[in-house]
Amino acid sequence: METAADFVQHSGGVIGASWLTIALPLLGAAILLLGGRRTDRWGHLLGVAMSLASFVVAVLVFFELLGFGADQRRRVVELYDFLPSGSLHVEMGLLLDPLSISFVLLITGVGSLIHIYSIGYMAHDPGRRRFFAYLNLFVAAMLLLVLADNYLGLYIGWEGVGLASYLLIGFWQHKPSAAAAAKKAFIVNRVGDMGLALGIFVVFTTFGTIAFNQVLPAAHGASEGTLTLIGLALLLGACGKSAQLPLQSWLLDAMEGPTPVSALIHAATMVTAGVYLVVRSGPIFEAAPTAQLVVTIVGVATLLAGAIIGTAKDDIKKALAGSTMSQIGYMMLAAGLGPVGYAFAIAHLIAHGFFKASMFLGAGSVMHAMNDEVDMRKFGGLASVMKITWITFGLGYLAIIGFPLLSGYWTKDGIIETAMEHNPILGWLAVIGAGITGFYMSRLFFMTFHGRRRWDADAHPHESPAVMTWPLIILSIGSVFGGGFLIVGNRFMEFLAPAVGRPEEMPSFHPFSLTGLVTLALVAVGVAYAWMRYGRSEVPAVAPRGSFLTTFARRDLYGDALNEALFMRPGQWLTRLAVFFDNRGVDGLVNGLAALVGGTSGRLRRIQTGYVRSYALSIFFGAALLVGAWFVVGNL
Amino acid sequence: MSTLTAAAIEAPKIEYGELAPMLLVFGAAIIGVLVEAFTPRYLRKSIQMPITILSMVGALALTIWQGAQGVRNAAAMGAVAVDGPSLFIWGAILLLAIVSVLLINDDDQFVAQAAAVPGSAEEDQAISEGGAHTEIYPLVLFAVGGMMLFPASNDLLIMFVALEVMSLPLYLLCGLARRRRLLSQEAAMKYFLLGAFSSAFFLYGTALLYGFAGSVDLSAIDKALATVGGQDTLLYMGAATLGVGLLFKIGAAPFQAWKPDVYQGSPTPITALMASGTLIAAFGALLRVFWVALGNLDTQWTPVLWGVAILTMIVGAVLAITQTDIKRMLAYSSIAHTGFLLTAVVATGKEAQNVNALSGILFYLVTYGFATVGAFAVVTMIRDAGGEAGHLSRWAGLGKRSPALAGIFALFLLAFAGIPLTSGFFGKYAVFAPAVAAGGVGLVIVGVVTSAMAAFFYVRVIVLMFFSDPAPEGPTIALPSMGTAAVVTLAAAATVVLGVFPQPVLDLAHSAAQSLFVR
Repeated sequence: METAADFVQHSGGVIGASWLTIALPLLGAAILLLGGRRTDRWGHLLGVAMSLASFVVAVLVFFELLGFGADQRRRVVELYDFLPSGSLHVEMGLLLDPLSISFVLLITGVGSLIHIYSIGYMAHDPGRRRFFAYLNLFVAAMLLLVLADNYLGLYIGWEGVGLASYLLIGFWQHKPSAAAAAKKAFIVNRVGDMGLALGIFVVFTTFGTIAFNQVLPAAHGASEGTLTLIGLALLLGACGKSAQLPLQSWLLDAMEGPTPVSALIHAATMVTAGVYLVVRSGPIFEAAPTAQLVVTIVGVATLLAGAIIGTAKDDIKKALAGSTMSQIGYMMLAAGLGPVGYAFAIAHLIAHGFFKASMFLGAGSVMHAMNDEVDMRKFGGLASVMKITWITFGLGYLAIIGFPLLSGYWTKDGIIETAMEHNPILGWLAVIGAGITGFYMSRLFFMTFHGRRRWDADAHPHESPAVMTWPLIILSIGSVFGGGFLIVGNRFMEFLAPAVGRPEEMPSFHPFSLTGLVTLALVAVGVAYAWMRYGRSEVPAVAPRGSFLTTFARRDLYGDALNEALFMRPGQWLTRLAVFFDNRGVDGLVNGLAALVGGTSGRLRRIQTGYVRSYALSIFFGAALLVGAWFVVGNL
Repeated sequence: MSTLTAAAIEAPKIEYGELAPMLLVFGAAIIGVLVEAFTPRYLRKSIQMPITILSMVGALALTIWQGAQGVRNAAAMGAVAVDGPSLFIWGAILLLAIVSVLLINDDDQFVAQAAAVPGSAEEDQAISEGGAHTEIYPLVLFAVGGMMLFPASNDLLIMFVALEVMSLPLYLLCGLARRRRLLSQEAAMKYFLLGAFSSAFFLYGTALLYGFAGSVDLSAIDKALATVGGQDTLLYMGAATLGVGLLFKIGAAPFQAWKPDVYQGSPTPITALMASGTLIAAFGALLRVFWVALGNLDTQWTPVLWGVAILTMIVGAVLAITQTDIKRMLAYSSIAHTGFLLTAVVATGKEAQNVNALSGILFYLVTYGFATVGAFAVVTMIRDAGGEAGHLSRWAGLGKRSPALAGIFALFLLAFAGIPLTSGFFGKYAVFAPAVAAGGVGLVIVGVVTSAMAAFFYVRVIVLMFFSDPAPEGPTIALPSMGTAAVVTLAAAATVVLGVFPQPVLDLAHSAAQSLFVR
């Protein structure tokens, strides 16, 4: 149970200056956007420097936070009164606790690596400065999202990352597909954001405040119905941002953005904001079991859907995007399981941040080498020409399928075990998901790096420059050791406990539990099947027609068709209907009113004759009126 | 032979220290006149400009110092009130005047030879010789000094003198536009005639109130309200006509007719000075008269001012809709804002209520002052062959040709409309909230409806700038001088900062209003 006493008001020290983490990248974005072409030459370096500086501050804050006792680590830093008006009083401040600092380190750390990588990746792009400006803007907004000590600040950051994401998906706006993808992301996210806004409104009307340190301790006092409503509304927001069913459709299209964006925003950080929201609002969900159940169902459904989509995609980035959906599904599932799940959810989120970023950047490196080709049917046999990319990608791949002792093994297994204890149906579905993950990731890996070379005639693949390979190497170190470091000995569980609550008993890790063995076996089957289909045998250059199931997966489980049939067409009809009524009914009324005002204005205007004598007369009459009125009032 | 015993005339005790900010400005103005008389023409500008800026900066520093000292009393035998509101108003006027002087510094705005007949060969010669009237600097200083004395006067006669000291230089300055000189001279003439007419009302009211109370001292009039009986005719006539003079200066309906013509015809930097400084000064004086001298008569003037406020808001908002000239539109917008401010003037009640209303008005004046100076500064930069491109159709598509400038202008318009995250939002909130608290719900409803109407014409300009195709031979955007660029930047920054982080200035206004007006 959280109490208000868990939150310590803090000032001074590095923590007091933690706003710098947000301010620095924001300053970078401002300089790059306002500075114009003058900053073209050094703009990317400034962007990297701001991100790195933010990381350094984050590390210092982290160590200062570690210096406090475990129960003193939720520190609120007041910045200023944002809305000092009446009943809605919002003090803008930052909440530094183990949960937020974990995110901050991930965002600034992985973010910096991706900034560095982008120097090489975007070297020849005329819009490079703008690109770095948006990346910096993204980092600032994302940090505000996770650091704000109230829902309004979170919402501002939430919209900020949405904006950055929208700008970056449509970065190559000359491509109609990119512009359409950006629009789609924007519209789908509107639905989710409406849910978040609604949730915040209900929080405010229920608790009279939106500050975490007052809402969360008071959560158990509210009625379960209200909390369920809040929980479901927040979940809708989370679904939009984290591409969970039923708002998943934008993520695959979002791959139109430059690859570093896919790595940073649409894999490692922004799409995990939904998980953050659910975990941060933990006390609300814990007191609303229905909402919690819905969270787990959404998580499981998405983890399966994402995995199935991943099996059928030939576009390397879209296959990875399907995988991202699926992995966030795991996190969401864990986030619906209470305090034990929270730690695994965040641990998996961090581990995923490393290995997925490394794989996306690896995919970018492959594309860089293959003239921006994304069709895996035109890859094959790249292992020998791109050694570093192959090894780093391979480590990420092993980590995500849960190869023993690598990152994903620890974190994903933790989620599966917890789910199994909670509800065996959820647990077994998650195990099946792990098996499919083994298949589709192996398919992706073998099609790209092994088998016969199916390159286009003009492709001359080569290893990427050092500025791109070094981030890959650093990220792959994280994907090998990160998970183990966090999970073994419940290190992360202990660290996070002050922020998300301590589970009743700490989970103990059995390397040879039944579930673990079954999972490993299923993954092995998936890998072997993929090897038979795509490693050993020939991969056709054009996708075969495939069965009904394949088409089902290729068409994103008919998600777009469903959206079109359910929302777009009725929506179009509705707008036509509305336009009709608007033209006939509302416009008539409004135009009438406007004509009345305009006509009055036109007539009154004639009073303004320009003759000073008539002005003087009007003053005189005005004065007479005033005196007369005064007498009338005075003698009442 | 009778001996004329000189009845010992007591030398008045004058607190020079407390009056120092004002004395500094007036002193600098007099030095400016001497500079005009004794220095060669080519040197004058380089002497006048520093004198003007430095004296006002110095006065501002003194004002801030006094504010920090907490000086609160009536100086010069109770004739001038140096209290919290006065100091705040002085600070605001000085800040805005400094900003306006940076605009005035632009030679291109002012006539080369005022005495030359417009369009004559003499004028052409003066222009080619690069003639300039550096007299504008002392004139501005006199006007600013008047603006400072006007709201601080605690005595109707001093207030009248201040009114004239403030207005006379402005009448002159209005007629000094370089382009469209006939329009400018017409504006000056109208402003002068109508100003004189309203001054007469003011003076007449003063005389009648003296007849009623036997004193022109504001607090003496207040005391007389309780003691003098049976003189209601004198009191009502006096108070109403005095009100006319003050309402004329703030441009409330039905005394608003001068505003569009004068704002349009004057050189734009002078318009900026009038729209910010004069409005603040006149509101200060209006509040002092109605709250101090007639404070116990509020049951009588409240209904009257209710009517004036409603009429002013409606006239400003409705008439602005059909304006096609940007400066006229801003003038009507200024009338509408006067109406919004009046809603808080009538929001009197208990002391805490008065403090809230007063601090709301002070805050609003600052936010509006900065936005309006910024908006007029942008107007100076959009130019046609014949000077500024006043007609709105010339502004079409400006956003495509100069997105930064159009964006900043849009920011000012949004602030006028009171959109959140701009200063105007908190300003409107600050005056409407006390009005509601004092039972003026009806007034605030009119305020909100007219705000919505006003938002229409602000947004129309934004739409015009960003979504219309540029005029084929559209106006050029003048490269801003350092001063103009600084003004636009400062005003935009103030508009954003006061919209996002209004607390310090709100606190300052509140602490200035805390003591209310000295009596």
